[in-house]
Amino acid sequence: MSAAITHPISQVPDAQGRFGEFGRRFVPETLMYALEELAQAYESAKKDPEFAATLEGLLKHFVGRPNPLYFAERLTRMSGGARIYFKREDLNHTGAHKINNALGQALLTMRMGKTRIIAETGAGQHGVATATACAHFGIPCTVFMGEEDVRRQKLNVFIMRTMGAEVRPVTSGSRTLRDAINEAMRDWMSSVKNTHYIIGSVVGPHPFPMIVRDFQSVIGREARAQCFEMIGGLPTEIVACVGGGSNAAGMFYPFVDDESVRITGVEAGGRSPKPGDHASALSFGNKGILHGSYSYVLQDEDGQTSDVHSVSAGLDYPGVGPEHAYWKDSGRVQYTSCSDDEALAAMQLMARTEGILPALETSHAISYTLKRASEMSPDESIVVCLSGRGDKDLNEVARLTGQQI
Amino acid sequence: MSESPITKALSARRLAGEMSFIPFIAAGDPDLPSTIRLIQTLSTAGADLIEIGFPYSDPIADGPVIQSSYTRALGKHLKLTDLFATIEQVSKTISTPLVGMVSFAIIFRAGTGSFLESAKKAGFAGLIVPDLPGDEATEFAALTKEFGIDLIQLVAPTTPAARMDKILATASGFIYCIAVAGTTGVRDAAAHEIEAGLKLLREKTQLPLCVGFGVSQAAQIEALRGKADGAIVGSAIVRHLDGAETPAGFEKSLTSIQQFAEQLAAAAHHS
Repeated sequence: MSAAITHPISQVPDAQGRFGEFGRRFVPETLMYALEELAQAYESAKKDPEFAATLEGLLKHFVGRPNPLYFAERLTRMSGGARIYFKREDLNHTGAHKINNALGQALLTMRMGKTRIIAETGAGQHGVATATACAHFGIPCTVFMGEEDVRRQKLNVFIMRTMGAEVRPVTSGSRTLRDAINEAMRDWMSSVKNTHYIIGSVVGPHPFPMIVRDFQSVIGREARAQCFEMIGGLPTEIVACVGGGSNAAGMFYPFVDDESVRITGVEAGGRSPKPGDHASALSFGNKGILHGSYSYVLQDEDGQTSDVHSVSAGLDYPGVGPEHAYWKDSGRVQYTSCSDDEALAAMQLMARTEGILPALETSHAISYTLKRASEMSPDESIVVCLSGRGDKDLNEVARLTGQQI
Repeated sequence: MSESPITKALSARRLAGEMSFIPFIAAGDPDLPSTIRLIQTLSTAGADLIEIGFPYSDPIADGPVIQSSYTRALGKHLKLTDLFATIEQVSKTISTPLVGMVSFAIIFRAGTGSFLESAKKAGFAGLIVPDLPGDEATEFAALTKEFGIDLIQLVAPTTPAARMDKILATASGFIYCIAVAGTTGVRDAAAHEIEAGLKLLREKTQLPLCVGFGVSQAAQIEALRGKADGAIVGSAIVRHLDGAETPAGFEKSLTSIQQFAEQLAAAAHHS
């Protein structure tokens, strides 16, 4: 598989779903027709002004976009360096960036004439977003969720069920996000004629990584315009957390051709850099195939997917989207990681200093940003994607810190 | 081009007006020494070809029975090198061609050339790579040809006629016709639903057509007569291995698998 970097770097993927050498389609033949059908439906939707207008209307009136770019004055003062800004995806309806993609793909589902939606979820944010979109349009919805995540994210399970979705706990394998994706794909194999699978991240076979990135790019487009208004130009650096990588892809994509902007993705460092203790596919993984896509993956020398760990259910995934692999190898984006403890500390600091309770996933990006900002000068700026709010994590945080709610 | 051992075995049955019987088991379940005895038993029971599953952690095309079988094998820390060594040992003792069913995740990690070299040395006559669809298979198909290994391609009930040509372009050995849209597993795959697809494929290729996914009984094989050249039975065999972890349990499983395989082979082989 040969490497190729295109310029400008945003001009990917090609018709085969290649981001440089990464991406493509490694799925059973049974799904190939549905993927081609989806790619065609998406191409025609992209050219349809009515589709764009409908989605824009939903994002404005149902989600509450545009959300603000917020200047974190006290955190900036505390770090003593670069000005820190947050793109407030936590203020979206359902509390995270996931709704941007769920609504876009729900519209595509109806456009394809499909009558049922399935989804996987890790932290539950994508499940909640999909259940919400389905309730809004009156489409039956089944969400696959690992049993371990069902335990960690009870509140989101209850929200999904309240929205009328069926939540199916997955008991195979590690009982987390990776197994939820396996089960969703298996369901899709037999239901592909009437069902659309709304994948929640920039992972999976082509055209999913491209579609999810495009629907999430509203984050970066708004942030970029807001930077010109508030900072008077481009920021020095932008930052986002990376599990599968959808909030990061949405934040980064509109900036990748702005060569002056430094871009950093922060993965889950977990307990330690030892195999099984973290979920940093880009930092510690190797090139390989998982869930229908060629990217970086955490696996053993026989190609078996490794067990991974992160305090945050949304980052607890052994793979990463192929475009991130492409950005890593091209050197366009730096990837680093931060530990469970650092993320927990950043969450608490953010709550006490700014009065904003971020999700544990986002707290990884915040931890990096605090360190990084202090090394930068006060005339520089750093913009973080605040991908979601932390309410869903409080039971787990209380458990880990020995407190009771 | 000389005929591959796979096409040769399947064509012999076809010429005699019979069908081929292709059983599946996963390597390493319950352990590798048992895999040797299972393969020898299936060969004696009348298998024309034996499909060997390479256990994988994330088999999205497989239903619960084969998933569990893979999980049991991987739970005992099955390694790829040991799997190949075991197959090399058993392939010398039987004349039935062996076909590996393996995820491209495993092949890619090993390195395509290195994997094929090991597979050839072990005695595999062909490979089924369920997550390498026709569009992605061009490069790998060329490489398998160099190694003299067949690359068996799958055609699904959801495959439009136009895609069939693309798939057939890289196929060899036989065509694996998926009977039902879904994962592997015991179901009532009805022959009449895939009849049109089989007819169309028959016009397009000389390769034998074998039907799998949801084929579990002699009666289903009977119903495929005249429409397909072979039947692939996986989950219905593998489920006999529930409880095979103990030596006594395994002996019991082996006996029931032998009887079941003989019954399926008889259904396939009468003309």
